[in-house]
Amino acid sequence: MTEGTPHVSSAVHEEDVLPRRRIRTAAPAPAPAPGRAPRVDGTPREVPRAPVFDIRDMSATYGTKKALDSTTIQIYRNLVTAVIGPSGCGKSTFIRSLNRMNDSIPGFQIGGQVLYHGHDIYARATNRVEVRRRIGMVFQRPNPFPKSIYDNVAWAPRNLGMKRNLDERVERALRGAALWGEVKDRLKVSALSLSGGQQQRLCIARAIAVEPDVLLLDEPASALDPVATASIEDLMHELKHRYTIVIVTHNMQQAARVADRTAFFSLDPQERVGTLVEYDDTDVIFSNPADTRTRDYVTGRFG
Amino acid sequence: MTSIARSEGLPYDPTAPLSPSGNLRRRLIVSRIAQVTAIAAAFIAVAALALVTFDVIKAGASALRIGFLIHDPPQFGGTGGGIRSDIVGTAIIVAMAGVMAVPVAVLIAIYMSEFAGPKSRIANALRLGLDLMQGIPSIVIGLFVLGLIVQPLHKDSGFAGSVALAIIMVPLVARSTQEVLRLVPLSLREASDALGVDRWRSILRVTLPAALGGIITGSILAVARAAGETAPLLVADSTFGPHLTFNWFGPMPNVPVSILIASDSLNPAAFPRAWGAALVLLALILLANIGARLLYARSRRKLAG
Repeated sequence: MTEGTPHVSSAVHEEDVLPRRRIRTAAPAPAPAPGRAPRVDGTPREVPRAPVFDIRDMSATYGTKKALDSTTIQIYRNLVTAVIGPSGCGKSTFIRSLNRMNDSIPGFQIGGQVLYHGHDIYARATNRVEVRRRIGMVFQRPNPFPKSIYDNVAWAPRNLGMKRNLDERVERALRGAALWGEVKDRLKVSALSLSGGQQQRLCIARAIAVEPDVLLLDEPASALDPVATASIEDLMHELKHRYTIVIVTHNMQQAARVADRTAFFSLDPQERVGTLVEYDDTDVIFSNPADTRTRDYVTGRFG
Repeated sequence: MTSIARSEGLPYDPTAPLSPSGNLRRRLIVSRIAQVTAIAAAFIAVAALALVTFDVIKAGASALRIGFLIHDPPQFGGTGGGIRSDIVGTAIIVAMAGVMAVPVAVLIAIYMSEFAGPKSRIANALRLGLDLMQGIPSIVIGLFVLGLIVQPLHKDSGFAGSVALAIIMVPLVARSTQEVLRLVPLSLREASDALGVDRWRSILRVTLPAALGGIITGSILAVARAAGETAPLLVADSTFGPHLTFNWFGPMPNVPVSILIASDSLNPAAFPRAWGAALVLLALILLANIGARLLYARSRRKLAG
């Protein structure tokens, strides 16, 4: 709501407002929107869109082990932001810090600031239940409740007091997760009878049933087969029109396919601490990264 | 041969037949002895159960008729009559004990597994306390209830018996509930956390339903254990008459104490009633145990998906 432009053509729109412009080198540029010249470096930008997350010097520690070094990054509205990097580079820690899912881990400590629409996620006055109400999360392994498909999606709205038009809400969420057609005739069947990919889409439906602002996806397709993965990726492109999406993945092709912006995290070889190396438009990260570590990683030369 | 082995740097001959060599033969014998001993120990334990059961059935079967279950004991001891009032009394006492103990115990378990962190000192102290509580001799609990309830009220009562049994049940139910709550996958808790639903609602709507089968199982096992407890009832609720009563706050007949009284009787004619009552009690407890185990197996399957 901070920017007035409707997202008719978000692919073009987003390019114009983001910092650090570069000429596209990989994919052919999409056809320009009517009345708009193809953008090249140096064209004046439109008003920068306000970031959903403004993360300043965030660091994370488990007990005495520092997992994530000071990270400053902004995450923008209605974009898919991918977080990539090798195992142990702190990408899960990073994404779980955005809706305080790490709070329940003993010894977890956060440094710096995580501002969400200008509000500090970790402020004393901030309630973490309210945070998660607006910032939903989908996990690596599908984790539906041992209840029916309908009850899975209706569960959170019921418990949050959104009981009006529940059927409609459930249908909308299932349609949003591209699952409605497959399950509309068996809504009362146990969610555990679904396939892994369907379960994961059900978890996405469950998350969007409460209409969050942001969806955090922590390696949502890593436990799925390629077909199910493709359906989840298609879904990302649909969902970003309504939600701001952050997705952790260790599959670089996946990041290249779904993400508008990509952040590359790496493990500092001396300190053994996760570090943000580079953050830019996805095509820049994959075709013309500024940092040699990024280049080594995305070209597969990384050990 | 050995020369070949030496030349390859091995301390044994790799081309020798694969039968046991060296001290392996001796180790195999020791291993076999240990195995046989362990199996024998297991059989002795089960044999004891079988003997007890067989004995009770043999002696009690003759007393067991329909009339035995629907008649009260004779007014002044002796032959005939049944144990209806005892069965009803035990049922009420144990049920009320469960009503008192189970909610408290489940809340304790929820505190330990859901609210206290894994390293919480309070939870650890509580766990130790519950384990010690399980070890308190039941006669001691009976005496405690004697001072707490029986003496101030100047009479035995089913209520006092229920309180004593509830004290016995709390640690059993709390520990078993805690174990099944631990079986509820962390991912389900994360799922409800990530949906912005507060902790208590998550517990009420996700964790407890998932663990319900196990909680009921633990409760039934505790009830079965409490139903057979004699010592606390001897102190708290033993001065009852033979008649059927529903007055929980008065002395209530109950099966364990009746067995004791009948078997202690000067008149041998009362013995068959003791055996019959023992058989009924044993049957009820075995049934409860088997039912609870079936239920538990089912709930585990459900959790596993």
